[in-house]
Amino acid sequence: MSRLKKTLFDPILNDNPIMLGVLGICSALAVTSKLETSLVMSLAVIFVLAFSNLAVSIIRDHIPGSIRIIVEMTIIASLVIIADQLIKAYFYDVSKQLSVYVGLIITNCIIMGRAEAYALKNPPGMSFIDGIGNGLGYAFVLVAVGFVRELFGSGKLLGYTVLPLTTDGGWYVSNGMLLLPASAFFLIGFLIWFTRTIKKDQIEKGQ
Amino acid sequence: MATDSIKKTLGVAIGVCLICSVLVSIAFVQLKPIQDKNKELDKLKNILLAGGIETGENADIKAVYEKNIQPVIVDLKSGDIVTDPDERIKPENFDIEALAKDPAYSSVIPSDKDLADIKRHPDKMIIYNVIDPDGSGEIIKRIFPMYGRGLWSTMYGLLALDKNMRTIRGFTFYKHEETPGLGGEVDNPKWKGLWKDKTAFDISGDEVNLKIEVIKGVVLKERPEAKSQIDGLSGSTLTTRGINNLVRFWLGHDGKEWGSTGYGPYIKKLIDNLKGNDNE
Repeated sequence: MSRLKKTLFDPILNDNPIMLGVLGICSALAVTSKLETSLVMSLAVIFVLAFSNLAVSIIRDHIPGSIRIIVEMTIIASLVIIADQLIKAYFYDVSKQLSVYVGLIITNCIIMGRAEAYALKNPPGMSFIDGIGNGLGYAFVLVAVGFVRELFGSGKLLGYTVLPLTTDGGWYVSNGMLLLPASAFFLIGFLIWFTRTIKKDQIEKGQ
Repeated sequence: MATDSIKKTLGVAIGVCLICSVLVSIAFVQLKPIQDKNKELDKLKNILLAGGIETGENADIKAVYEKNIQPVIVDLKSGDIVTDPDERIKPENFDIEALAKDPAYSSVIPSDKDLADIKRHPDKMIIYNVIDPDGSGEIIKRIFPMYGRGLWSTMYGLLALDKNMRTIRGFTFYKHEETPGLGGEVDNPKWKGLWKDKTAFDISGDEVNLKIEVIKGVVLKERPEAKSQIDGLSGSTLTTRGINNLVRFWLGHDGKEWGSTGYGPYIKKLIDNLKGNDNE
């Protein structure tokens, strides 16, 4: 039980793929200008990550070394297409904003990384849990960044006005910087700094 | 059998591909009807929005659309209404993006007239007439689809013009990829509200002047031309210029004179009809 818990929850703070591995940064910058897109993107990544880990793990003893990466990519790509189609069918408005970024989950290093590092060596059940855990870790950063960017960038949360903007007759002057993708760099940077201040073991040794 | 034998390698490769392709196909085929319905509803919603037609939270969009909107197909060159459109350009199949790319249904715009920077446009366009809901069938507004280059993308919008051919009743973009927070502010309801009741055309006697323009900066309300000027978007000069150009192009201005581009010929006819009615 403790191993299960560790596999599921460790990637959120102790071994976060974005904060410790600095993987999956591209989409973390691109889709976090709003909380809603962050949430849908997170769900898509959790889905793809969990099932790609499961599938790779099931056939891990049968994958020939020579085509290992290609087989993994085929599985990941298929799952991403399915996730993309589902989003287009059930979250149409969000899919318009996510545009190409759902498709780009294929190139998200977290997914390939977990398939290589975990699913190839562990049984399907635990691999599935590992996928969900790492997906949650990714989701944690995305939602945190999306929260800050939407709240202080457009004065809203999930589309509901929290801080009325001066342009709409309110009092809050929005921070335009937060609407640009580059601002996520700073936020993720602060997040990494913050976690490493609390958890000193995450600090890398100097050269 | 060893995992690395050729037989096994081929077997695994084919097996994985087969399973994956079956799953992807199932997802695509099963979800296609829902996706198409979403796209259709989204389009109708935008048309209603541009026409200023209220839809409730849970209203049947399709029913509202059918009650209020009557699309017509117009030949851009002659300015005549096409009475027998073929399958591709029937209102229910009308796809501006696909038609603009199809040489059989579109033509190249001479570069010196291409104010909206779109290279080519469909020969025939769809116009959504808003009819009086009281049942008389009288046209009260016309919604003109229009598109042109912004900063990053081609922007697709809808402009509603009153039946008096002078006053703008609404404007909205339904597709664009401008910078969120800067050019993306075209989606801001407040900015869209600026278009309402502005004067597009100044019509006096035989002279027709296209007045509407999007300027850089803020419109000075006390100036006489303010009634046909729209505030530019701060921080996005190129998007602003793109909007100005595309609106003026589609309303018939080629940069030098009015009447030949976009809906120019059709609008000319509508204005002539208007005068005919006035004389009666």
